Amino acid sequence: MALKLPIYMDNHATTPVDPRVVEAMLPYFTNQFGNAASRNHSFGWEAEQAVETAREQIAALIHASPKEIIFTSGATESDNLAIKGVAEMYREKGNHIITMAIEHKAVLDTCKRVEKYGYQVSYLPVNKEGLIDLEELRRAITPKTILISIMYANNEIGVLQPIEEIGRLAKEHKVLFHTDATQAVGKIPFDVEKFNVDLASLSAHKMYGPKGIGALYVRRRNPRVQVSPLIDGGGHERGMRSGTLNVPSIVGFGKACAIAREEMPQEMERLRGLRDRLLERLRAKLDEIYVNGSWERRLPNNLNVSFAYVEGESLLMGINDVAVSSGSACTSATLEPSYVLKALGVGEDLAHTSIRFGLGRFTTQEEVDYVVERVVETVSRLRELSPLYEMAKEGVDLKSMQWKTD
Amino acid sequence: MAYSDKVLDHYKNPRNVGSLPKDDPNVGTGLVGAPECGDVMKLQMRINPQTEVIEDAKFKTFGCGSAIASSSLATEWVKGRTVEEALTIKNTEIVKELNLPPVKIHCSVLAEDAIKAALADYRKKHGQEQPTASQPAPAPAD
Repeated sequence: MALKLPIYMDNHATTPVDPRVVEAMLPYFTNQFGNAASRNHSFGWEAEQAVETAREQIAALIHASPKEIIFTSGATESDNLAIKGVAEMYREKGNHIITMAIEHKAVLDTCKRVEKYGYQVSYLPVNKEGLIDLEELRRAITPKTILISIMYANNEIGVLQPIEEIGRLAKEHKVLFHTDATQAVGKIPFDVEKFNVDLASLSAHKMYGPKGIGALYVRRRNPRVQVSPLIDGGGHERGMRSGTLNVPSIVGFGKACAIAREEMPQEMERLRGLRDRLLERLRAKLDEIYVNGSWERRLPNNLNVSFAYVEGESLLMGINDVAVSSGSACTSATLEPSYVLKALGVGEDLAHTSIRFGLGRFTTQEEVDYVVERVVETVSRLRELSPLYEMAKEGVDLKSMQWKTD
Repeated sequence: MAYSDKVLDHYKNPRNVGSLPKDDPNVGTGLVGAPECGDVMKLQMRINPQTEVIEDAKFKTFGCGSAIASSSLATEWVKGRTVEEALTIKNTEIVKELNLPPVKIHCSVLAEDAIKAALADYRKKHGQEQPTASQPAPAPAD
């Protein structure tokens, strides 16, 4: 089969919509266009029925009850709703929130915002594997703590936090536990009961559904959790998120969850195999490549590696028919390399050389092999061009050099 | 980000890649930038001590495409010029030639610094006065 270029290997950024999802959505743009809140005609009933089916499909994937699913515009809104909503609702109870240094910006920036409103936030560090220390978490809990917000799978390095232990700890201390499960749901098993999760952020477009739709799981019993809304209006979604429901996207989200539930075991194995093949083949041809974050506790579709002595953006430029992303500063507007890698203690020199590969449902073995070929060729060429590689080969200790920096 | 055709050309076909013997008295070496900043340029020139003409130039760069292109262009520009002439090369000329966007101007600054550092190294070897190099070449620590 001929390889189709360019190759997409950036599935942590977004995923293509599965054709089966598109097909499920289409009728809800045209014939079944009703407003799910219209109670007095068949157009409304049909829309409402479709939404409720989707709610069941999403709930089933995470072992929740359909009533615990609150639709939002995506995981960023869900993170905002969880943190700001809990902060406001439980203000009487306390003003302390615990989160982690390598959360997505949707959590970190929301925490920064509530700090301005007088809340206190603890940002737990991670070790070089990218994992928090549970003892440190235990020590951070105070009588004023109302929320622990720790993600399940990290979006850059795919590292999985010990979510079950965190959930247990939170329950023990009667602190609410929110997890940004955006990268995990639909990829690996996620169970709100088993993990004692009280709030979870989900997004459809990371799991072969459409963009612009997500959900916040909000536990209804043991304990019954409430969040103050960010958006007021018609009282949709049990008053927690007003606004006419985006029916076609919700239908698509539901279908995406149903497919994921059905196909996850085989898909996980297939992607793990391809991902391991990618790393093995790179390692066979290139020296000095370093995996960032824990290898054992990681999403099966993620590979984040540093190619020492080759700056990330120049590597991306060389593999321009392959879509991946880099933790290099040059690919960001801030000129700072990845804060996630920095939090792991990855030196800035290596952070500049990191590449994130995100494999997905439509990734093939031919694509993996082509990517290996292109990466090997480009890294080899750029190392020939790299004064650092030359110096390292001559035995110069780059760390002890006194570099002139501004 | 879109790259200009000239940046792409230098990236794909970098001119004068390589190294000159750094202990040769007629070779000046400039090493500027830092791995932590994502850019390191090594620029070397072989200078005829009689005429002070730059007879050869080589570079190696760790950095983004614009950094590679800036240093590649620098080697092209210095070859055949005298030391005095090479010292007048300004980063703004590199920006203009390569159509560098504002976020990549530092790459051109680094290339100018590399030229100055290499020439300072050459002059030091010849016991001459230092030209006004803004960034002298760093030396390995013990």
